[in-house]
Amino acid sequence: MELTGLIGYLIPLLTFAGIYAVLSLGLNVQWGFAGLFNIGIAAFFAVGAYTTTILTTPPSPNYLGGFDLPFPVGLIGAMVASGLLALLIGLVTLNLRADYLAIATIGIGEIVRLILKNEAWLTHGVRGIKGIPKPFDTLSPEVQTLVYLLIVLAIVLIVYLAIERLLRAPWGRVLRAIRENELAASAVGKNVLRFRLEAFILGSMIMGLGGALYAHSFGFISPEAFDPMFATFLVWVMLIAGGSGNNRGAILGALVIWFIWSITGFLANRMPPELMTQAAALRPFLIGLMLQIILLTRPEGMLKEKPPSVTGDEGERRGR
Amino acid sequence: MIEILQVLIFGIVLGSIITLGAVGLSLLFGILRFANFAHGDMMTVGAYLALVFVAGLGWPIYAAFPMALAGGAVVAIAIDRVLYKRLRRTAPVILLISSFGVGLMLRSLVQFIWGPQSLVYEPGIQFPLEIFGLRIKPDHLVILAGVIILVILLHLFLQYTKMGKAMRAMSDNMDLAEITGIETERVIMWTWALGGALAAGAGIFLAMDTRLQPFMGWNMLLPVFAAAIMGGIGKPYGAIAGGMTVGIAEEMSTLFFSPAYKSAVAFALMVIILIVRPTGLFGGRSR
Amino acid sequence: MSLLEVNGIYGGYGGADILHGVELRVEPGEIVVIIGPNGAGKSTVMKAIFGLVPVREGRILFSGEEITNLRSSIIVRRGMSYVPQEYNVFPSLTVKENLEMGAFIRTDDFSEQLAHVFEIFPPLKDKRRQAAGLLSGGERQMVAIGRALMLTPRLLMLDEPTAGLSPQVVDLIFERIRTINDLGISFLMVEQNAKRALSFAHRGYLMTMGRSRFEDTGPNLLANPDVMEMFLGG
Repeated sequence: MELTGLIGYLIPLLTFAGIYAVLSLGLNVQWGFAGLFNIGIAAFFAVGAYTTTILTTPPSPNYLGGFDLPFPVGLIGAMVASGLLALLIGLVTLNLRADYLAIATIGIGEIVRLILKNEAWLTHGVRGIKGIPKPFDTLSPEVQTLVYLLIVLAIVLIVYLAIERLLRAPWGRVLRAIRENELAASAVGKNVLRFRLEAFILGSMIMGLGGALYAHSFGFISPEAFDPMFATFLVWVMLIAGGSGNNRGAILGALVIWFIWSITGFLANRMPPELMTQAAALRPFLIGLMLQIILLTRPEGMLKEKPPSVTGDEGERRGR
Repeated sequence: MIEILQVLIFGIVLGSIITLGAVGLSLLFGILRFANFAHGDMMTVGAYLALVFVAGLGWPIYAAFPMALAGGAVVAIAIDRVLYKRLRRTAPVILLISSFGVGLMLRSLVQFIWGPQSLVYEPGIQFPLEIFGLRIKPDHLVILAGVIILVILLHLFLQYTKMGKAMRAMSDNMDLAEITGIETERVIMWTWALGGALAAGAGIFLAMDTRLQPFMGWNMLLPVFAAAIMGGIGKPYGAIAGGMTVGIAEEMSTLFFSPAYKSAVAFALMVIILIVRPTGLFGGRSR
Repeated sequence: MSLLEVNGIYGGYGGADILHGVELRVEPGEIVVIIGPNGAGKSTVMKAIFGLVPVREGRILFSGEEITNLRSSIIVRRGMSYVPQEYNVFPSLTVKENLEMGAFIRTDDFSEQLAHVFEIFPPLKDKRRQAAGLLSGGERQMVAIGRALMLTPRLLMLDEPTAGLSPQVVDLIFERIRTINDLGISFLMVEQNAKRALSFAHRGYLMTMGRSRFEDTGPNLLANPDVMEMFLGG
């Protein structure tokens, strides 16, 4: 394969790996650090993608807006919208058990998808929206894609550093203490619900950011893209494979799993046409199988969580 | 008026299908403390298993039904032995993500074997019966009767067999069951068998009411969970009332909103219940 | 041969030990009580014997066979039953169903044993169709002990069977324990009410801080000034 061909293949691969790394970091804030079980990532992903699309595309009769606003405004708008959605869900479900939160987030994921499909005035329905601009549109398309990759990687780095910092701050320590022992944390006067809500909103905002990056990268979005497989399950596999609770693990997991996922897609596309639909159906099965094997053999993932700085003596805590 | 009654009939049919799914889900939850996110896809698998006998071997659906139920039970037990049994020892929340993955795997497998297109058990259109101006499909009566029979059988099993009583005992207090000498692993196996069989039944009825499609069960997960939570999760009897409420509410909502939002109605009901009465309408467990 | 022999066990829930070398034994036909201040590890010993708390060091023998760290579901098959202090009935099951669960592993006809339990605890017979969760504290204790009897164990371990019961009911429970003991079933009990328990039992142990300190007949322990001092001061 000639060099330009390889690079032509690598750039989108890395860009998507970077976008998934952002999603995976967002999930890590919720699950890895706060123990919040969100299987409706698709909802926040989609809300982020659609928000930035509506904000940054030129005016169109087919859907709400567009407002032709600059790229950064789109990203910020995406985070705000996802954060608001998270606030709503969180207020209702965060003081409930993990499985109730999980089912509520599944519900939100499905409802967001229903809205995307059926409210054509807002989203152009199943036909989706195309022509979502990338920043720096004066550059040639090739350079523009490369610059966009750099933007994505820079955002991954910024999100990573910001989360790392937050988690070392008292806020992060309290969060982990709550995850380890909710009762003890509330006994020392920490408002457990508030910390959880903050973590849930922060994680969801990061997922919304990931969604926005996705929309600008692909240039086209439709409700199809936000089904539970691509938008939720892959992210979970990435975080668990990488090592939940470890931000570097979250990024590494996104990279590795996205490579594997892409390779299976590459292979499936080379199947004879009559086998192609079957091969495509097998891909999620393989990823699911991989998750089960990881859960059974190495549940801590590739990178272990660094020992948290505040936990009580295990024996003493459970002693009675 | 006729229109409302007509919709009510659709609601009762849908509600009975949801009930069957929710009862199994609730039973599993009560005993394993585990929200089975693959339950919807177990319904799908059951529906397609029946198709093997109907389309593959040319059996009538009522003969295929018990075979598919048995198949659903076997699949559920197998998944438990291979995965959940080993994962039970670690954090329970790991089971949630594992079952989510299992659901996806089942869905992909169905799509792999039977393809993504819609299928039916019997080609052709069933002509509805006209009763007092109401249109009722014969299949609807079959579904309703089938659900009633299965629920009664489950009730008799839970109340009068040793295994059924042990299930209720484990649902009450797992630790006490263990020290009393109840063979908990055997009870868990039976629970999966029942849960898998009931899910398969719900899937077949759903396919009779609509058609077979790889996502059919996944799309029912929300109403089924809503019904189980409404009835107080872990309480199979509450799930009956929950299932009927959700089914009727979903169909009734089509009088006011687009039918596309049916499952949103289930979700809204569930959220309301979670806010006002997290233990369910009939006081299930909250922890 | 002793029915139960506990030889210097150490253990706890993981992390720090709660038991620091407990020694005790139960002879066939005996009623043995463990007394001691709160937090001495009395309940933990029972749980360790019954495989509910891991034992790190030391051995537990039942009828001469080692049962250390066996699962409770196996121990119960060897002829030992355990009634925890709290949550010891299945509340949504009827009284009769509770007793049936006690006989879960029996494949033979246990109606005779059921009748026998109703004979020992007559109030249960009248309420056999009631949900156990609706019973009074004393009746619940009877259901729990009755359920443990369904397998006709050789040793029955009771964790504070009279906690929170009114004096009359306490008398009744003690009296029934005596009745059951007369049938040849041995008891190991934890009791909060030391005086009452020691005057009732054949032998007693005083535990403090995870160790068995004194072992003697009930009256002797009661008369021992050191014991009373440790109990109150420990």
